[in-house]
Amino acid sequence: MPNSATAGGFLLVLAIVLPVVGVLLSLAVGGRHAERIALTLMPAGLVVAVAIAAVVWRTHNVLQYFVGSWDPPLGVAFRADGLSAAMILTTALLICGIGLFARAQFPSPREVETRAPLVFWTLLLAVWGALNAVFIGGDLFNLYVALELLTFAAVPLVCLDGRAETLAAALRYLLFALFGSILYLLGAVLLYGAYGTLDIVLLSRSIRAGPVAWAAISLMTAGLLAKAALYPFHLWLPPAHAGAPAPASAILSGLVVKAPFFLVVRLWFDVMPGLAERAAAQVLGILGATAILFGSVVALRQVRLKLLIAYSTVAQIGYLFLMFPLAVRLETGHPWSTAAWTGGVLQAISHAFAKAAMFMAAGLIAEALGHDRISGLAGIGRALPITVFAFALAGLSLMGLPPSGGFVAKAMLLTAAVAAGQWWWALVVLAGGLLAGGYVFLVLARALADSYEPLTLFATVSRRRQAVVVAVALCAVLLGFVPLRPSELLQIGRPDIVIGGLK
Amino acid sequence: MSAVTLYGLCGAILVGMGLFGLIVHPEPLRKILAFNLIGGGVFLLFGAVARRGAAAGFGGDPVPQALVITGIVVAFSATALAVALLLRLFQEIGRATLRSDG
Repeated sequence: MPNSATAGGFLLVLAIVLPVVGVLLSLAVGGRHAERIALTLMPAGLVVAVAIAAVVWRTHNVLQYFVGSWDPPLGVAFRADGLSAAMILTTALLICGIGLFARAQFPSPREVETRAPLVFWTLLLAVWGALNAVFIGGDLFNLYVALELLTFAAVPLVCLDGRAETLAAALRYLLFALFGSILYLLGAVLLYGAYGTLDIVLLSRSIRAGPVAWAAISLMTAGLLAKAALYPFHLWLPPAHAGAPAPASAILSGLVVKAPFFLVVRLWFDVMPGLAERAAAQVLGILGATAILFGSVVALRQVRLKLLIAYSTVAQIGYLFLMFPLAVRLETGHPWSTAAWTGGVLQAISHAFAKAAMFMAAGLIAEALGHDRISGLAGIGRALPITVFAFALAGLSLMGLPPSGGFVAKAMLLTAAVAAGQWWWALVVLAGGLLAGGYVFLVLARALADSYEPLTLFATVSRRRQAVVVAVALCAVLLGFVPLRPSELLQIGRPDIVIGGLK
Repeated sequence: MSAVTLYGLCGAILVGMGLFGLIVHPEPLRKILAFNLIGGGVFLLFGAVARRGAAAGFGGDPVPQALVITGIVVAFSATALAVALLLRLFQEIGRATLRSDG
């Protein structure tokens, strides 16, 4: 990585500042304008995200900015490598899609300010800013602050409707998140005490295997797992994600849980490249495998559609952590190590699109029917064909069938598992795919069945909103056309020790 | 035992007590307090690290103190948000627990 700021570094600042300006403006000028401000900033933010990706792609190098021109270790660095660029772009696309979808659900009030639209639009921008800060943060303490901002923006989204059960879900989510962040901070203190810096690049040069590093990284990883809702820390996720309004569920399930996962990847592959212990990676893999099997089986037994989708998130998060036993510290340069790493990251991106589309489709179905009981879905396929089609497209990615991003991701994990001689992970991937097929089919079979009595729709659902859901689901499908090998963009800026083979 | 070691140990004990409380107590208010206890312990560790001059070898290191200030602000906001949620929950259901059976 370069030691100086690079041209175009201001783009990184814009990626954080634009949403934050939006938040402040919304609070200052009042709730009636919050929607307009958010919708104006969305194309601008998308342009910044595309520009960041373009610069990283063109220069084939890490985009870097030092705040106030102070070099680390005294200053704070923002860095965007290929992984950051991909995540920033995913976030921008999804936020725009969710924003367009949410317009009908959180319309600006005509006269007096109402709470829900103001809070929703403001927090949507806040989540966006916090996510970008996580993706480009180059300093472990700065990342702690970004994670906390993300939590504070995400928790109120759960309880927008103010019902008692969503309040309880939000509080439980917050308590888990606080537990996670304080463990992360404790790890950061230990690292600072031992190495005198929290900058990721400087730390990766000076960190040595030993008790301090192990303790710090274990604490930080455990804290991040609690925030990412990996089994057994998943307890908070289903009520929180299922209770939130549909657009909020899409943000929470699609994007917010990916931020702590992203940081685990940063810690394991960037902060201590080549140092991670294989036994510890196996533990992460076992937790991931348990999450896949447990989450999928529980999803099959759900009565309500949104809870089914939330448990499916628990399962899909498990796949993300299968990359660790396959990618960590195999002899340098083994091809499957890079394949597994890419598979894990692609799973994060394709799940973001697929799950957001699925939650939005479920939201439309619930709006039309007035409930989201799976047993009462009969006939909805005839009433809302486009929405059910989008649900099925998103389901492709969750099951891992081609063409979909989920297929490419899972195929890479599968190949890596077989090539690395750790065939048991391959069995888990296959079983998880079958179980996902089971719960997606369960919903589709009901939705496509004919209903005996004519279906009375509670509300009509506009075509525009259905089109948005299909577009988001199509993004997950289009990811299925990326070539089945480590993607070049994602490899930009990776430490050499991780890159290797398959190139 | 030097003063720095003593502070470090105190921080570790606070963190341990807080973790115990956070895991064992079912009541949300106690969990929030336990979180603050852990926070206190972590900030004390930051203080000990600062006094040791970190790895840089100074007599004292100002950076951890800046981090502590930020950490305290974040922990304060977290507590405020948690207490606000808890109060609202109490207004809705008349008790401040997370157990659904009541």
